[in-house]
Amino acid sequence: MNLSLMSLELCVVALGILVLLADLWLPVGRKRALGYVAAVVLGLLFLNSFTSHCSCALSGDAFGGMFVQDGLAVFFKRFFLLAAALVLVLAVEFSDRIAAGTSEYYSLIIFALAGMLFAASANDFAMLFVSIELITITFYVLTSFTRGRVASLESGVKYLILGALSSAFMIYGIALVWGISGKFNFNELAQVAGKFADNKVFLFGVLFILVGLGFKIAAFPFQMWTPDVYQGAPTPTTAFLAVGSKAAGFVLLLRFLFTAIPSVTAHWEKLLVVIAAVTILYGNLCALPQRNLKRLLGYSSIAHAGYLLLGVAALAADRKGDGGSAVLYYLGGYLFTTIAAFTVIALVMRHLDSEDISGLVGLNQRSPLLAATMTLAMVSLAGIPPLAGFFGKFLLLKSVIAQGATHPAYYYLTFVALVGVVISLYYYFGVVKAIYWSKETPEVSPIAISRPMRAGIWVCIAGMLWLGLMPNTVLALAESAVNVLK
Amino acid sequence: MTTLTLIFALPLLAAIALVFVPRNFAVIMRAVTVGVTFVTMLLAVLMFWQFNGATADANGYKFVSTIPWLGAESLGIACKLGVDGLNVGLVLMGAIVAFAAACCSFEIKTREKEFYILLLVMTGGILGAFMSLDLFFFYFFHELALVPTLIMIGVWGRGERKNYATFQITLYLSIGALLALIGLIALYLQLPADVRTFDIPTLTKYFSENTMAKSAQMFIFPLLLLGFGILVSLWPFHSWAALGYGSAPSATAMLHAGVLKKFGLYGLIRVALPFCPEAAQSHLQLIAWLALGNVLYVGWVAMRQENLNLLIGNSSVAHMGMIFLGIASLNLIGVTGAVVIMVAHGFLAALTFGLSGYIYNQTGTLEMNELGGLAKKLRFIGVAFVMAAMAGCGLPGFLNFVGEVSVFFGAWQVPGLRTVTVLAVWGALIIGAVYMLRAVRAAMHGELNEKWANLSDANLWRKLPFAILIASLLVFGFFPKLLTEKVKPVTEQIVNMATAGSSSAKRDESARALAEEKQSRLTSAATRSE
Repeated sequence: MNLSLMSLELCVVALGILVLLADLWLPVGRKRALGYVAAVVLGLLFLNSFTSHCSCALSGDAFGGMFVQDGLAVFFKRFFLLAAALVLVLAVEFSDRIAAGTSEYYSLIIFALAGMLFAASANDFAMLFVSIELITITFYVLTSFTRGRVASLESGVKYLILGALSSAFMIYGIALVWGISGKFNFNELAQVAGKFADNKVFLFGVLFILVGLGFKIAAFPFQMWTPDVYQGAPTPTTAFLAVGSKAAGFVLLLRFLFTAIPSVTAHWEKLLVVIAAVTILYGNLCALPQRNLKRLLGYSSIAHAGYLLLGVAALAADRKGDGGSAVLYYLGGYLFTTIAAFTVIALVMRHLDSEDISGLVGLNQRSPLLAATMTLAMVSLAGIPPLAGFFGKFLLLKSVIAQGATHPAYYYLTFVALVGVVISLYYYFGVVKAIYWSKETPEVSPIAISRPMRAGIWVCIAGMLWLGLMPNTVLALAESAVNVLK
Repeated sequence: MTTLTLIFALPLLAAIALVFVPRNFAVIMRAVTVGVTFVTMLLAVLMFWQFNGATADANGYKFVSTIPWLGAESLGIACKLGVDGLNVGLVLMGAIVAFAAACCSFEIKTREKEFYILLLVMTGGILGAFMSLDLFFFYFFHELALVPTLIMIGVWGRGERKNYATFQITLYLSIGALLALIGLIALYLQLPADVRTFDIPTLTKYFSENTMAKSAQMFIFPLLLLGFGILVSLWPFHSWAALGYGSAPSATAMLHAGVLKKFGLYGLIRVALPFCPEAAQSHLQLIAWLALGNVLYVGWVAMRQENLNLLIGNSSVAHMGMIFLGIASLNLIGVTGAVVIMVAHGFLAALTFGLSGYIYNQTGTLEMNELGGLAKKLRFIGVAFVMAAMAGCGLPGFLNFVGEVSVFFGAWQVPGLRTVTVLAVWGALIIGAVYMLRAVRAAMHGELNEKWANLSDANLWRKLPFAILIASLLVFGFFPKLLTEKVKPVTEQIVNMATAGSSSAKRDESARALAEEKQSRLTSAATRSE
């Protein structure tokens, strides 16, 4: 046992428990600010991860290879810490809409974060399944947390049923893979996986595991839950689901495909190409007619899962290629962009029943900062310079085109991605248009933004511009992180 | 900061500064925009003036500077700016048109803050795209300028079909830009992994020493041709242009039709021709016939227009045909002529769209059967309009003439293009004259419609942009050497790269010497005849 490797995870779990305990003694009026404390602690842990005092500075494995601390794990841990800190600030802002149990809401976010941190280090089927369940089960509660709203309950139930189904698939797949190969550990499995590349039962097992992971990242055809859950869940939950849960799915997918079964993945690049292409088209086409902003972002999040799969597909064709770093970079930009968008939604649509796009009308007069934030977020999601989304898409496209010379299917994939990007311009610009140029009579009451929230928004804006204009630092981090997959 | 950095950074910095100005101070926004574009223009003139004396780096680029904190070293991306003969004229033209466009933005009366910010971003993006020596930033700045264009048309545009026009132009231009991006990335990937870079001088050197595999060329060149072609409204992908410009506010139409559109042509000449020589040669016939589609078909469409702006828009598309013909000739005179038309057309398009915008603001309509006799009331505008029409017909004395004549001479030298050239000459001379003169007659001459009895001519401020644009056309028209002497060494290098290895290269060599002499005789004759 090497507990020092997982001191970060232990700190986070302890923080979650402390928040729960503090709830017992704190007077009612002070409970709200507990979220800020938790956010600050997570922010400090994030900063600390760049120093040598953190477990992130170590590398190695623990618990007989179940838990691995390497570049990939550290990159994603920093990602999750930052995301959770921003989401917690948003959750404080949102807490007046939660009937009871504000502190529980905070601590559940922190427990979900712990699940994500473990997922980043999972190197074993048991660890993979446990961390996924830790994330998913906390999200069952988080999605239905505003119990007074039918939509929230509905989204919780839908997420529960489909999530349980996908977990069942995954555990069945794990059982099949273990039954055939007798291996639980990814590195050990990698050594024998080549022998079973023709074994139908083994391949079914792999396929079932991919079903479970496909559900997490909302890839076609496991995307059904996304729009409904995104729409019904409380906005901070949606933001965390869109960023954290999706990224956790991707780190597990990368590890499973390229650490555990690289010899099988090498034959499956066609499957990944098709899934990526269909996911992109499905997400973008379905987003076109949406009027509910959270639902629209739900479909757009499916499309972005498709873009991210471009990098995974490219990596499947060539493990030495740069598809992996493109995925990581894109996720980095997606973090700032998506949290910025959901923050604006949570603040602007505070008093509205539904998140219709018309709720944004006149936003540039009510709060120029929020209007600018939403515009930047939409422009970044659409992949337009000088923002993070553009550079991310550029990297993904580059990694895919690089494979075109050997596998012509990748050229077709590039063109599908191109069509997807063009379609997406329509609905992203629709949102921007509603903010600045709608003809309807705008509401004019100014929007109050608390100081911590303002800081969170500026972090998101700075992140979008930083990743768009000065890609050097994060790109270097991402490139060194994916070395373990090669 | 060097001159070049300032030229493109000033508008962008001003745009950021305007974000923090409260929206009630529209006068300040206007003053800042006009002032900054004026300074930019002066700097560009200064740079053009100093160009011959400036020291060139090892690759022949002048005023080279790098903005260190942009870009990604590990991918070979650096924000490197510089000019050579090919783009120095385009940068100058872009800066002059930007100032003219800022002056013509007085017509905007709603949401001035957003408009001026977008206009400045567009200006900075355009200038950055043309002076970028890095393919990534070349594309990056183009996109930065393109998005404001689309938003400006959608929001401040005019006419009933504004939404449709915005939709169409967004679709076409995004697809074109993305196709070009794929082509550029594919080009980048042709280099071995350890030397991959987006740096244009390095790429030029690499591809002049190592020819790209033919299969890769045959994949990349069509992508670039299609992508850039859509951006330049190459027939049959031109239908967005006339309607888009017809619906755009004047400043946007001036900047896009005049300058930003040349991005695709510049890309073809700078990147596609020299890097994919074999594929380029096998596509020359195709380009030439498509160019004929622009000249003849779109010219014919322009003849039938009843709306002044649609007519101007179509004529602008028709002029693109001439440039493509110059590119298709792939010899020194033809390509040099193409570059000259690019600059000339920039001034001309800005002039015509600015004038039509002025008329629209005065009358509220551009239907030609409602206009008529305007020259009696709007004396300055009338004269300027007639001069613009004459420049559009290719009258000697204007820069357009120099370019068109060179293109026709260049194209005539290629035996395979003679049919196309003859048809294009007839098309350009006759069809061009018909629609231009028809526009002049319908809008400026004839009986004055009494509705327009109280129109007022442009005041000094409104005259200024038009005067500058006409002056630019005339100065370069009378002294084309100011431009051609700068362009020629670069086009020569590009043409050499693009024709290397072909059997016709030698023949071109001898023909070139002959034709060069002829051209200089002709231009001086043209100058004298004025």
